[in-house]
Formats: sequence, C-alpha cells, structure tokens
Amino acid sequence: MINESVDKSKRQFLTTALTVVGAVGTGYLAVPFLSQMQPSVKAMAAGAPVEVDISKIEVGQLIRVAWRGKPVWVLQRSPEILATLTTLDGQLSDPQSNESSQPESSKNSARSMKPEIFVAVGLCTHLGCSPTFRPEVAPHDLGADWKGGFFCPCHGSWFDLAGRVYKGVPAPTNLEVPPYRYITDTQIIIGEEEKAA
Amino acid sequence: MNLKPTRLRMCGNWVLDRFPLAQVWNEHMAHYYAPKNFNFWYFFGSLALLVLVNQFVTGILLTMNYKPDAKLAFDSVEYIMRDVNWGWLVRYMHSTGASAFFIVIYMHMFRGLLYGSFKQPRELIWIFGMLLFVALMAEAFMGYLLPWGQMSYWGAQVIISLFSAIPVIGDDLSLWIRGDYVISDATLNRFFAFHVIAVPLVLVLLVFMHIVALHEVGSNNPDGVDIKKSKDPWGHPVEGIPFHPYYTVKDLVGVAVFLLFFATVIFYMPEMGGYFLEHANFIPADPMKTPEHIAPVWYFTPFYSILRAIPDKFAGVIGMGGSIVVLFLLPWLDRGKVKSIRYRGGIYKKALMLFVISFIALGYLGTQPVTPLATMMARVFTACYFGFFLLMPIYTRWEKLKPVPNHLTIQPTLEERIPELKALFEEVTEIKTEGEVSKRGFNPTGAKNVLIRTAKNLKESLD
Repeated sequence: MINESVDKSKRQFLTTALTVVGAVGTGYLAVPFLSQMQPSVKAMAAGAPVEVDISKIEVGQLIRVAWRGKPVWVLQRSPEILATLTTLDGQLSDPQSNESSQPESSKNSARSMKPEIFVAVGLCTHLGCSPTFRPEVAPHDLGADWKGGFFCPCHGSWFDLAGRVYKGVPAPTNLEVPPYRYITDTQIIIGEEEKAA
Repeated sequence: MNLKPTRLRMCGNWVLDRFPLAQVWNEHMAHYYAPKNFNFWYFFGSLALLVLVNQFVTGILLTMNYKPDAKLAFDSVEYIMRDVNWGWLVRYMHSTGASAFFIVIYMHMFRGLLYGSFKQPRELIWIFGMLLFVALMAEAFMGYLLPWGQMSYWGAQVIISLFSAIPVIGDDLSLWIRGDYVISDATLNRFFAFHVIAVPLVLVLLVFMHIVALHEVGSNNPDGVDIKKSKDPWGHPVEGIPFHPYYTVKDLVGVAVFLLFFATVIFYMPEMGGYFLEHANFIPADPMKTPEHIAPVWYFTPFYSILRAIPDKFAGVIGMGGSIVVLFLLPWLDRGKVKSIRYRGGIYKKALMLFVISFIALGYLGTQPVTPLATMMARVFTACYFGFFLLMPIYTRWEKLKPVPNHLTIQPTLEERIPELKALFEEVTEIKTEGEVSKRGFNPTGAKNVLIRTAKNLKESLD
C-alpha cells in the first residue's frame, strides 16, 4: 500500500496547530463581540440621584418617582400600619431582611430610616413586575388574610407594607430598598447613601 | 421530426448545464415519493411554510416604516396603522400571522404525537423541528417588544428576568441581554436586530435542515407503515405518490381553506378579542406602572402557567424550561413499538387525551388572573403535563398493541360515509303520523341506542 510510506504525523501536527490557533483567534474576537452587548458607557453613567419632596405626601399616600429608569415608591405610613407590621413576622419568609437587599440604615423590621417614610424600588423580586399598592385590609379578591400591602398581579406574590415578602409565593426576597438619605426633614435624595458617621 | 430548439429552451439548457436545478426539483418535488394516505393533519407542514413566507414579506414591508427607537417606536406603529397606504393590512397580516404560525405549528406537532412521526428513524427531524419551535418562540417574543406598548414592555421585563433566576451568572446574563439596567432603548434596538436579521436566518437554515432530514428518510403516514418495504421495478414505493403534482395540488386546497380563516381574522377580528393583540398593548410602554392584569400572548400561556404554578423563583424557571426540554426527549421517552395511534394501546390514547386537555387548560389559566383556585388547578395540570412525558417510559411498555397491517389502509371517504350517516339519521328519528300530516320527529330510544353504541366503541378503542 502506498499509504504506508506517507508520514502523516506532520500533517496531523499542522492540522492540530491550525485548529488551536483558530480557536484562540475566535475566542479573542468573541470578546469585543460579546462585550459590545453590555451596557454602554452612556447607559452606565445615567442614573443620577433624584431629589424627592416628601412634605406633600399625605398619610397612607404613595408616590412614584423614576430613578435609573425604575419606579421608586415613597409611602407615608400611619401608626396603625406600623402596628400591623409587627404582627406579621410569622407569615413572612424573611422578616428581618437577612436575605434581602437594602442599605444598612434600613435593615430593620420597618425597613426604613424613619418608620413613617418607606422607600423601595417598586419591582417585584420575582420577575420584575411592578406590584400594585393595596393598602386596604381584607378586600374580597385577596381574601381575609390580606392586611394591606403590595400585590404583584403577574405571578401573585404578596408583600406587606414594609415590602417584606410572604411565605409560599414566587418572589424569593423582600422588595429592594434603594440607597437614600435625608437632606432635610422634608426632602430625601434617592441614589445616595448616608455617609458613614 | 427534428425541431430546432427555441431560444427559451437554449437559455434554459445554458442554466441547467451549470446549476443542478432539475436534480434539486426532482429530488424534493417530482421524484419525492410520499405515502398516498396523507390526511387532514398533513396540511400543516406546508401551511407553516406559507405563514413563514407571509411573515417575511409583511415583515420586510413593516421595517420600511417602523422606527426601532424607544421614543418613536409606538408612534411609528400607529403611523403605519393610520397613514401608510395599506399599512393596517400589512401590520394585521404580520400580527395575525404570528398567531397563525403557532396554531399551525401546534397542529403540526400534535400530528407528530398522533402518528409517532418522531420515532425511529425520524428522531432528528423531530429535534430540528423542536429547535425551530424554540427559534420561533424567540422570534415571536422579540417581535412583541417592538410596538413598545405596555404588554411589550412588561412581557419583556418578565421574560428577561427569567434569566436572572439562574444561579451565579443570572444577574450579569440578564444585564447583558438587556444592554441596560432596565428594559430600554438599547433593548428595543437589539431585539429589532435579532427579530429582523438573526433569528430569521436561523429559522431558514433550520427549515432547510428539517426538510433535508425528512426527505432523507421519507415521510411517515397515518398508518405508521414503512412504504419503502415494497417497491416497484423502478425502485419507487408502490404505495407512494410523487409529491409534485399530487401533494402540491392537494396542499393548495389546504392553503385555500387556511386563507379563508386567515383573511376572516385579518378583516373582521384582527385583535381576536385581545388574544392576538392584547388591549394593554395599545397604551405606550410605561416603566412606572405594570398593567393590572398582565399575561403573555396566548401561544405562550401554557408555559407561563407552569411558571406561575411553582411557588419558587428558580424552580419555576426550571419547570418552564423543562416543559420545553422534555419535548426534545420525546423520541427516547416513548418505548412503544408502534408508531400510529391507530394501532397503539388505549393507555397511550388516554395519556395523550389527558395531555391535550392539560395543555389547553394551562393555556386558558395562563390568560386568567392568579387566584388560589386557579393556582391549584394549574399545579394539577402541570403535574399531568410532565406526567405524560416522564411516565412515558413506563406506561408505553404496558401498551396492548393492535396488529399493524403490512400495507396502508384505505379510509372511507366522506362520500362513502353518506349511507352510514343516513342510517344514523333514520335511527335517531321516526315518522309520526297525525291524521293527514306525517312529521319526522326525534326518537329517544334510537338516540339512546346510538349513544350506548358510541360509548361502547369509545371504551373499546381506549382499552
């Protein structure tokens, strides 16, 4: 057989070498291609802090402001609401917010710097719908167990009025509290954290 | 007689000498032998191709006036609807075409389940078909963002958030898909690119592979009998007929009937009561507020129901993805030795019936708001959905199979069924004579006998 006299090892070496070089080259080219789909510099720069005047918010009222394209809620809570919050711990999956995302200053059972003013990113931690504000107690569509809170219409997650998630619903963690601080008693700024004292 | 070739023929020969047009035509049309007993269910393959062409043509026309920009997109769609000549027609053909595509594809897939078209040696055809289904879902999902309405926005928000449930890389992955921290202009722009260029190319390539794989092994048929076993002296299957002209002409009838329904929807009910185009999508996207009731378009609702039924984020996403993945595994899950449902045991028929009911029920529940009862039912039907596939290796082994004939069976035609129908009509009615007048009236005993007979037949076929 004529094949026996052909030394194929050099061919094999060249084929392997070319394959490896080609794969490395493809890998290098993949970096800019994939990376150009990341948020651009402009998108990352957007997201300046937002100032909110909270003096006009009535008790029980919720206002929505846009921060980084997301809805942020500011809610003025009544003493009754705050009293109810303390009774719910047994039904919540993370009452102390150990698994959830919030600034250190809001890591308490009311999840806020001042108990009356609640600030949160209004997007469900499940799949990002904006839950509806349902402050009333025991409405007929939500049943007698409803103590007022946020209800996600997309997949039925329940949150209390401190954004804490109930047990047995799809959302894994409490609503996110954005970094914010008080400029004066009636003004907060969302997107900036309290300077460590 | 020695005719001088015409100029046209000479031009034709010039091409044929340089390009194997005749071979391709013969291999896939004129000399492709398909079983002669194709029935209603075999229309949907060619109809899918027709809808694909419809989507391409209308889609190209739409891009001429559509603006993939978060500030302009919604208005440009309204502009197409109101000010562009025939824009409303092109847009409705495209949006109705999307729903029609899924109706046709679901029927096409169901045909596979009925007649075992996914079984050896057609596993790869099924795999290519499933890849097509996934690509089609991606195409439809990204297309739905483009009008930039409320449902577009929040639907995309939910689906992209699904990726964030993946451990470790989830958040970075969903950020990479969006190209921004929220659904924004960047997302819209890239979805436009995928919807218009990338995914259509993939679809065309997969359709090509689907058909090449099919023509390599030959079409299955309602009897599940291999027609290649008996061939005539020229090597053609005795029970096969050339695809062209026999099935091209037959499919034209299917096309005509399909277009009748298609046109009815386009002209009289283009929104289909909020199922084909959802009402909330006529409101521009508002990142501050989710609509009160959000649901995907009808063709995604069965999978969406599965997602909602599972009360855990990651498990829900796995369940939803798993409901697609099990479909890929079908050729290896089914251990039944017989292809066609005509000769399969009752247990497969019952399982398939339960599966169809579950799929439709999940689809319906997915369009409805979440209530405790609906969630409970969705869980039961999700269990049925997965049960159909995952228990298949067990229950298909117990099947009591019926003997498979060696040749294709001839089913009675509609015309041949007329005497049978007449006899049935005679049985459930009787002639009542009151004085001069004779009237044909309802005969309860006859109807009862018919019902009992039907129930017995049904039970027999399901045993």
